Amino acid sequence: MSLAELICPAGTPAALRTAVDAGADAVYCGFQDATNARNFPGLNFTPEELEASVAYAHARGAKVLLALNTYPPAGKVDLWRQAADKGAQFGVDAFIVADMGVAEYIARTYPHIRLHLSVQAAASSPEAIRYYCENFGVKRVVLPRILTIPEIREIRKEIPCEIETFIFGNHGLMVEGRCSLTNYLTGQSTNLDGVCSPASDVEYIRHSDGSMSSKLGGFTIDSFGPEEKAGYPTICKGRYTVPHRTDGYYAFEEPISLNLARLLPDLIDAGVHAFKIEGRQRSKSYVRSVVSSFRNAVDDIRAGRTADIANLVALTEGQKQTQGAFATKKWR
Amino acid sequence: MPTDTITNTSRPRPVQPVLSHMACRAVQPLLSRVVKRIAKNHETMFNRLGAHQTTDFLIDPIEFPFALHLRPDPENLIFRAVPRDAAPVAGAVIRGRFKLLLELMDSEEDGDAAFFSRDLEITGDTEAVVRLRNALDDVDGSIAEEAADLFGAPGRAILRRLRLSYNATPKTGMQQ
Repeated sequence: MSLAELICPAGTPAALRTAVDAGADAVYCGFQDATNARNFPGLNFTPEELEASVAYAHARGAKVLLALNTYPPAGKVDLWRQAADKGAQFGVDAFIVADMGVAEYIARTYPHIRLHLSVQAAASSPEAIRYYCENFGVKRVVLPRILTIPEIREIRKEIPCEIETFIFGNHGLMVEGRCSLTNYLTGQSTNLDGVCSPASDVEYIRHSDGSMSSKLGGFTIDSFGPEEKAGYPTICKGRYTVPHRTDGYYAFEEPISLNLARLLPDLIDAGVHAFKIEGRQRSKSYVRSVVSSFRNAVDDIRAGRTADIANLVALTEGQKQTQGAFATKKWR
Repeated sequence: MPTDTITNTSRPRPVQPVLSHMACRAVQPLLSRVVKRIAKNHETMFNRLGAHQTTDFLIDPIEFPFALHLRPDPENLIFRAVPRDAAPVAGAVIRGRFKLLLELMDSEEDGDAAFFSRDLEITGDTEAVVRLRNALDDVDGSIAEEAADLFGAPGRAILRRLRLSYNATPKTGMQQ
């Protein structure tokens, strides 16, 4: 049986402490800049906060993984290098990277620190993953959420590193690592600036009938009826009218969250080493609920018991959940 | 800066203006004391607000006879009860049932989940709201209990009774 480590999100030091106390094996987090893919206002860690947080986690037997999982634009790579330097200085247990240049810098400068390949790198074939392992010493790959469990099992047989898969949270696939939809309306990039649908470009408007519209960069991208559950204001989950669908429909994806609670035994059996919970932008309440639920589930499975999985649907986007591509190639 | 310009069925319940003004006057001394203590105990919280330290937030518990005006500027902190008919033009409005707002402040509920369920309504400057949420979320412990502690055993008893009363009341959310 694989280790089935639980990798948990933290957007603030308080969330990191909450995750550790709730049973995280490792917590991933980032600095307050474009070096990570959750560069949201008021979120993330100062260097001083990261240093103290690493000490807190290590004192309790948990690891800290530093997300440096965006792509440095030309002329700005020093920001990523300095972030790696600080992370190494503070004793983080691994770096999560997407860009080859960042991976190369860390592999050369800090060969004793583990490198994990971010989902942002979109490495989904054994050949691509092996390339990262052989050239940068990558120890773990976070697989894109586009693979079935049988496909994961086959990949595992052909790669020399550990596998981490998402098990809960935001389900926004697109071309992972290279999504530029948000640039289209806001000029800000998910992969270069670390922010999808920047809050400064988002506006919610309530109408007299109780419905609500969400706008991004001045464009309406969805409208929810008075009783309808809402989702994030992202273009990929927007609802659009076209000549043959004048009622508006989700052209790309629906507001929905991934929840693989019932697939955990199959994932462990397929050789997945670590389970990732998405949600650095979420609250301590979310972290506490989701981490403790999955902690109990993983412990039950490892002990040979049937997992008692709490109902987490209230925390999902649009209050809907899916097993996505893990269960079937077509999940709409 | 965009503001909440549209009314709907989830608006706060109508209250006689005179009652609203009286309620504001009654609670104001308590609010001033509470906000000064919380600000003193959690000075670093303001860092996460960035430029939005000077944004005016209108926090609107829909079942209350008044709303709350917050300007989280550590140099000139404002937290006051305001009749809705005299509320300032706010940069951001946060609206929901009082218990939900209390639980969001203490990170007992998740803001995104409350937004998905439509129990929480935000309008105006979304970045300001996100920054406020993240600032509050980095506070360890319960702000509500800190506030109650200021008033000793009576304060704690009131908070306990308030929570019990909401727990005994079926949730009706915003759509009522």
